[in-house]
Amino acid sequence: MKKLKTTTKIDFATYAGVTLAFLLVYALQQGGSLTNAMKSWLVPICSFIVMAVSLNLVVGISGELSLGHAGFMSVGAFSGIVTAMSLTNAIPSGPVRLLLAILVGAVFAAVTGVIVGVPVLRLRGDYLAIVTLAFGQIIKDLINCLIVGYDSHGLHIIFNLDGLRSVSDLHMEETGVAIIKGAQGAVGVPKLSSFFAGYLLVMVALVIVLNLVRSRTGRAIMAIRDNRIAAESVGINVTKYRLIAFVTSAALAGAAGALFGLNYGGLLSSRFDFNTSILVLVYVVLGGLGNIWGSVIAATVLYILPEALRGFQDYRMLLYAVVLILVMLATNNEQLKALLGRLIPKRKGAKSNG
Amino acid sequence: MAEKRVFEKGKMVPVPSQAIIPERDSDKSPILECSHLGIDFGGLRAVDDFNLTLGRTEIAGLIGPNGAGKTTVFNLLTKVYQPTRGTILLDGYDTAGKTPAQINRMGIARTFQNIRLFSALSVEDNVKIGLHNQEPYSMFTGILRLPKYWRQEKAAHERAMELLSIFDMQDLAAHEAGSLPYGAQRRLEIVRALATNPSLLLLDEPAAGMNPSETAELMENIVKIRDTFQIAVMLIEHDMNLVMGICEGICVLNFGQVIAKGTAEEIQSNPTVIEAYLGKKK
Ligand SMILES: Nc1ncnc2c1ncn2[C@@H]1O[C@H](COP(=O)(O)OP(=O)(O)OP(=O)(O)O)[C@@H](O)[C@H]1O
Ligand SMILES: [Mg+2]
Repeated sequence: MKKLKTTTKIDFATYAGVTLAFLLVYALQQGGSLTNAMKSWLVPICSFIVMAVSLNLVVGISGELSLGHAGFMSVGAFSGIVTAMSLTNAIPSGPVRLLLAILVGAVFAAVTGVIVGVPVLRLRGDYLAIVTLAFGQIIKDLINCLIVGYDSHGLHIIFNLDGLRSVSDLHMEETGVAIIKGAQGAVGVPKLSSFFAGYLLVMVALVIVLNLVRSRTGRAIMAIRDNRIAAESVGINVTKYRLIAFVTSAALAGAAGALFGLNYGGLLSSRFDFNTSILVLVYVVLGGLGNIWGSVIAATVLYILPEALRGFQDYRMLLYAVVLILVMLATNNEQLKALLGRLIPKRKGAKSNG
Repeated sequence: MAEKRVFEKGKMVPVPSQAIIPERDSDKSPILECSHLGIDFGGLRAVDDFNLTLGRTEIAGLIGPNGAGKTTVFNLLTKVYQPTRGTILLDGYDTAGKTPAQINRMGIARTFQNIRLFSALSVEDNVKIGLHNQEPYSMFTGILRLPKYWRQEKAAHERAMELLSIFDMQDLAAHEAGSLPYGAQRRLEIVRALATNPSLLLLDEPAAGMNPSETAELMENIVKIRDTFQIAVMLIEHDMNLVMGICEGICVLNFGQVIAKGTAEEIQSNPTVIEAYLGKKK
């Protein structure tokens, strides 16, 4: 018989570890010992930690495969950028606009999550993978068609479905500013994100996911993952809890997207393609399904690794493919799992310890 | 819907067993009434014309040879399958069109022939998942850990321990459910079902894989559960000592048809039943 570890200690260690790492890097940054390249990694790392933690809620805790997580990041990024830019005059304070952008990004991504999730999650069986895969593609193309600008009358939005229209078709005043220019993406974005904001968002995401998992809601979600029929037999509304996991995850991905989007002067919707979704999935699988602190570490290490090895960039996706295949073999092979379990006894039961 | 009983710790109320299967529960309305229940799988009439009335505090047995349709009856009662024919009244309410989860909330809890635990989770969490609708704080209360969260989690922990104590399993609370020995997994399934505060408990082969002393203990505990919680219990079992020992009413199925109903003595001396089990005498 196997005794499981208490989860409170693991959660506390996760919060403490993230905070210590932040303080350390922050001190290095202030002391001037980080190169410019390194500084440019800090906000994206925070974004991708939030992405990995939130995807783990779907893949690890809820046990469903989602292949379009970058799509929610995209929705959050572009809605966040529109929010932050259109409020430039109304709210001069950068951090307040960043906060609003993150909230709006989360809400838009959550709504998108409901639209994608409701029809799929009602069905029995694993249709989520195929639908989220399509969703990731569709959202990229939709944003490619989007032309948005603002002037004193407010927001102007048109869909450039025929590919013939441009910013001038928004019919803005002279002082109007273009925000999203179709295939050219978002332009002239203010760089509102900061490492500190990223750290705060990571902590908020961790609190939301860990507290959710340790609550009645999280237990219901894990019950459905472990045995759907048994979960129904104890009165759990399966569709509702699958949806809660999926939408919460989408909302956090939207928040991460807004943080990410407001870190660069411009942003293309192709930045959030299938590769990005798979990248985040790799973080989750390598960090351990259902293992939240594992996702934090995997996202950090695997973000830095290819960045630090820029010279090998051509082989980056090849490397990921190989690693992914190896990990899939390892997780599906009972003997290999048993072997891993013996080599690293701590990893046993990681699934439930989170 | 039936008003929910409150489980009082250690309070054992012995119940005179007055209600048995052949519609003898005269002073109280029955908890379960099935009429002309049936389901077909393709051409196979897995269950046909199944009629049953169950008293509120009755222990009933459902027996029959392998493949007779016993588990299918449980799956019909809990809406894992939607019946092709017939009606099921639970506490007087029609259960047509309900989902398995709604059926549980209406008062039926069950265990499974092939154990279905949440095996990666702890024993305590398995019971707490059974308490899901008994501690109804919202998702936001849980995320923000408002006072209500702490209150209800504490109550759920205490209740889970109390329920585990029925089978002396408190010490196993922190263990992974999937790693328990077979018998303990079966007992945990019963505890989890009880946690949902049912008025009718369905046990599918609860003694399967248990040794004789475990089975004897289980028999006592099933009676104890009925007496403590004042609920009806219906069980499928191949162990005739258990069935004849505690079931006040027995229903025998063969090829999806009810071939006999009655008390243990009546069933044991029924020629049709003997034939179904032993084959026709020359
Ligand atoms: N989902 C299904 N689809 C098709 N046939 C089914 C299905 N479920 C059960 N059956 C058939 O219905 C019949 C009754 O099965 P059931 O599982 O209810 O038997 P049982 O009395 O519980 O037997 P046992 O004692 O072996 O558990 C069997 O012939 C079985 O093959
Ligand atoms: Mg059966």
